[in-house]
Amino acid sequence: MNTFLTAIALALCLLVFLVLYRVVFGPGVFNRIAAISAIGTKTLVILIIFGFFYNRVEMFIDISMVYALLNFIGCVAAAKYLENEG
Amino acid sequence: MMTVMTILSILFILGGLFFFTTATVGLLRFPDFFTRLHATGKGDTLAVFLSLVGLALYEGFSLTGLKIVIIAIFMFIAQPTATHAISKAGLRFGLKPWMREEDKK
Repeated sequence: MNTFLTAIALALCLLVFLVLYRVVFGPGVFNRIAAISAIGTKTLVILIIFGFFYNRVEMFIDISMVYALLNFIGCVAAAKYLENEG
Repeated sequence: MMTVMTILSILFILGGLFFFTTATVGLLRFPDFFTRLHATGKGDTLAVFLSLVGLALYEGFSLTGLKIVIIAIFMFIAQPTATHAISKAGLRFGLKPWMREEDKK
């Protein structure tokens, strides 16, 4: 099972690098925000998988929960700010 | 020896990885902002739900597993909300939705 989780974590890291293309080259700020939100979602799953590697899931769960909250709040705050700009 | 729960969790996590992959391909390949958001908003929501439920099944019935399920439910509510907010901001900002060439006139 540990090998399987390693493979899943590596695949998710590869997907993060693919999404990073949209962050760097994506036209406009909205594409970048959407891509950053997608990266945060993948990072949340990678964090919990790392918790299984270290046998300390109960600690990594809290980090992952904070990551989910910050991702959501950051996305909504950036959307509200840009809505008032235009 | 693999138990039934382990096999179920492997199936759930593989489903989550499939939807993560399709969301990423959609984010990279679609032509404009709204179609990209359509791919990543729905695909990532279902993918993170499936992945976290699979990891919770692997962890078993405990406080940690319950916390993973709570994160999954929170993401299932929060991700569509964020997608809706950012797409509304894009529409108010003045981004034009993509159209086919023959529909433009």
